[in-house]
Amino acid sequence: MTATAVLLALCPLLLAGGFVLGRRTAHPGGRSDVGTPVERATFDTLHTASLAAPPLRAGLTEESARRSARRLRTLLGTDALCLTNRTAVLAWDGAGDPHGKQVMGHLEGLLDTGRSAAFGCGCDAVDCPLRWAVAAPIVTDGRVLGALVAYAPRESAVLARAADEVARWISVQLELAELDRSRTRLIEAEIKALRAQISPHFIFNSLAAIASFVRTDPERARELLLEFADFTRYSFRRHGDFTTLADELHSIDQYLALVRARFGDRLSVTLQIAPEVLPVALPFLCLQPLVENAVKHGLEGAVTRSRITIGARDAGAEAEVVIEDDGVGMDPGELRAILRGEGGTSTGIGLSNVDERLRQVFGDDYGLVIETGTGAGMKITVRIPKYRAGVHSSGVEVG
Amino acid sequence: MNEAYAISAVTVVVLATVLIGGFGLRISRTTSDFYVASRTVGPGLNAAAISGEYLSAASFLGVAGLLLVHGPDMLWYPVGYTAGYLVLLVFVAAPLRRSGAYTLPDFAEGRLESRSVRRVVSMLVVGAGWLYLVPQLQGAGLTLQILTGAPRWFGGALVAAVVVLAVAAGGMRSITFVQAFQYWLKLTALLVPAFFLVLAWHGDGGAPPPADGLPWSGAGSGQPLATSRADHPLYATYGLIVATFLGTMGLPHVVVRFYTSPNGRAARRTTVAVLGLIGLFYCLPPVYGWLGSLYAPELSATQDADAAVLLLPGRAVGGLGGNLLGALVAGGAFAAFLSTASGLTMAVAGVLSQDVLPARGVRHFRLATLLAMTVPLGGALLVSGVPVADAVGMAFAVSASSFCPLLVLGIWWRRLTPPGARAGLLLGGGSALVAVTLTVAGVVQGGWLHTLLAWPAVWSVPVGFLAMILVSLATQDSVPPHTSATMTRLHLPESLSVRGTITTGEPGARP
Repeated sequence: MTATAVLLALCPLLLAGGFVLGRRTAHPGGRSDVGTPVERATFDTLHTASLAAPPLRAGLTEESARRSARRLRTLLGTDALCLTNRTAVLAWDGAGDPHGKQVMGHLEGLLDTGRSAAFGCGCDAVDCPLRWAVAAPIVTDGRVLGALVAYAPRESAVLARAADEVARWISVQLELAELDRSRTRLIEAEIKALRAQISPHFIFNSLAAIASFVRTDPERARELLLEFADFTRYSFRRHGDFTTLADELHSIDQYLALVRARFGDRLSVTLQIAPEVLPVALPFLCLQPLVENAVKHGLEGAVTRSRITIGARDAGAEAEVVIEDDGVGMDPGELRAILRGEGGTSTGIGLSNVDERLRQVFGDDYGLVIETGTGAGMKITVRIPKYRAGVHSSGVEVG
Repeated sequence: MNEAYAISAVTVVVLATVLIGGFGLRISRTTSDFYVASRTVGPGLNAAAISGEYLSAASFLGVAGLLLVHGPDMLWYPVGYTAGYLVLLVFVAAPLRRSGAYTLPDFAEGRLESRSVRRVVSMLVVGAGWLYLVPQLQGAGLTLQILTGAPRWFGGALVAAVVVLAVAAGGMRSITFVQAFQYWLKLTALLVPAFFLVLAWHGDGGAPPPADGLPWSGAGSGQPLATSRADHPLYATYGLIVATFLGTMGLPHVVVRFYTSPNGRAARRTTVAVLGLIGLFYCLPPVYGWLGSLYAPELSATQDADAAVLLLPGRAVGGLGGNLLGALVAGGAFAAFLSTASGLTMAVAGVLSQDVLPARGVRHFRLATLLAMTVPLGGALLVSGVPVADAVGMAFAVSASSFCPLLVLGIWWRRLTPPGARAGLLLGGGSALVAVTLTVAGVVQGGWLHTLLAWPAVWSVPVGFLAMILVSLATQDSVPPHTSATMTRLHLPESLSVRGTITTGEPGARP
């Protein structure tokens, strides 16, 4: 019985061991040679700088300034430090808060010219550590966003130089933040474009195909028109970034119905959908472009008949969607260029946009996996985690 | 009992499980039938699947065995196993579905916005899952031993191997259909023989051939747990009631199935259907327990009372009919081990691969599956002497003292904080886990201390709740920033948008 007890007591230990192992593997390395004092100072500085950087990536706000000011003060080694925007003090770190109220008066010239300035604080107390200050502008794209003000007991050329450098470093971080934001805006714009874009050709061709049925088969024409209305309603939907796999597949079905109305027997489609994965939430319109791509490839060139397979299956904590066609395929090199964003065709924009959005939402592990070759068809695999914090389909009920 | 019948029945069940899982009823149509495919899993099917996964060896064999040994007091087991779903229905089902969480760690992370709470929950899920797996494997060992005379370890190893192969190879693809099938199989496997058994009993003139002593005598058991139950029966019963009523909501393999429901309302309807299906099933084990006390009273003196269900057809009916019915029961028992074990293994392996093992990928999921099964298999081989239903009760106790506070407070109390949740999980769930581990290992052999450790829910559930509430109140400055938005999503029906206006449901979405 004691052996059993020992073994059972080992179970939690084993588990704990697993955690530790996991963390170790995640952060390899550890203690090693610490280097000369100069090197160590460099490391310390770089480390402090790296700690101050993440908050600044949110832009220059009260919150981000407050969180980075502490690190920046360590970096400069001053008694007090303050970050401002063009109109007000955003954060004050260190001793002597009362001085904060007078700062903005000293900064007027600096904010106009964008040149560093040093000024005495007019503080009469002998032991005041904040009798002198140097202010350096924070500039992005040639615009002065605010200033970094560092305080010292007496004038110091070293501090003036250091403050200048740190202000420049902050400016770079803020420019990077701006870059991040514009990348997000670009993706949003592309989604809007995708929504608005449902290619004019597609609309024209669909309407023409429907028109051809109006006399011969009015009932079918009516159904197709309703499909068309539903499909466009979904694609032009304005609210919410996420949808469910069920909704997305439904819209794909409507799309395929319209395509088949035009191509008839030339296109055959097989669907294999595991019902367990239908509630999975995923970015809006991220499968439809892939199907459109498959249809385009399948019917391109001299191919007389084309077969498209769409499968969705349950894979534990993930859902796996596979879209396969037996069409003309694509040269892998060309495909890589498209995914890097260097291709020019509309198909390319669809593929790279989907890839980008999946990576942005779920992480780099979840990009598109594409298997293809010239003349060998194309198989696109999308993996979607069943849960990811912040990803919720917006309230449209299916059922 | 004739071995050939039993072996072929078990083989058929294993094959059917693997085949349906691998190829079977995946919806595979051409587009003209696509509306069928775009329908999500309905409440009826999902409820059968939940019931199939839930009705484990404890329900199929254990309840009847305990009834045989201890008498009608043990009816609290089937009552508790069922009533747990009532609590789940009232407090948890719909909000849990609306949270979008696939596993309990997902829920913890989504509600409390904290990775560290997620890790604690993961650890407890793995612990509770392992505790639950041990009796499944033991039950399989017992069953095969009685049916074929194979050594005790063989049955557990067989189930472990089948489950690991099926799960790791991705063979459980249409898991919903497999589990729903298992439910109906289990129900049939108990219902049909029960019918004939009662007929046979009636034919015997209402009295058993070896009519000796009183039925429900409850005497003559040499098991440590039974002794302690006899010492403090009232306390033990309350421990059982608290554990089963509150523990069901946190069972990892039950939680993941709610994800399949398309929305909160469907989740609630599913739970109601589960209540019906499980209630129906639990009418049967008492029949077996009662008949067992008539036809196989000597079992209550051994450690193998769990075998009563398997032996009864041979004893009461006999002949070819008895053999056939025995084979049916054996097949049902194996369905019980396979379905619960595979559901649990999937859940535990998912958590291990996501939160415990370092990297990700398909290979790691397979590794995690192996790990998820190896530990409980080792436990099953080393530990014996705890009745199957009691062992499952311990897993419920751990779940009730950790996940129940997390879910109930997480859903209904907006002031819950990550440090509070952590404290409640560690104190409530941790202490329950330690208590039952000590019990299973047989460290404390008798007296009040043993009773307290064997039925921890009475004290560990309040500990979990109190710790969570008090520490949360003390750390009100760390209430997660998006609590209001999260709570809104949990409690508003999906058809209402956050702005409070009714969105026009997509007309294309078919009912």
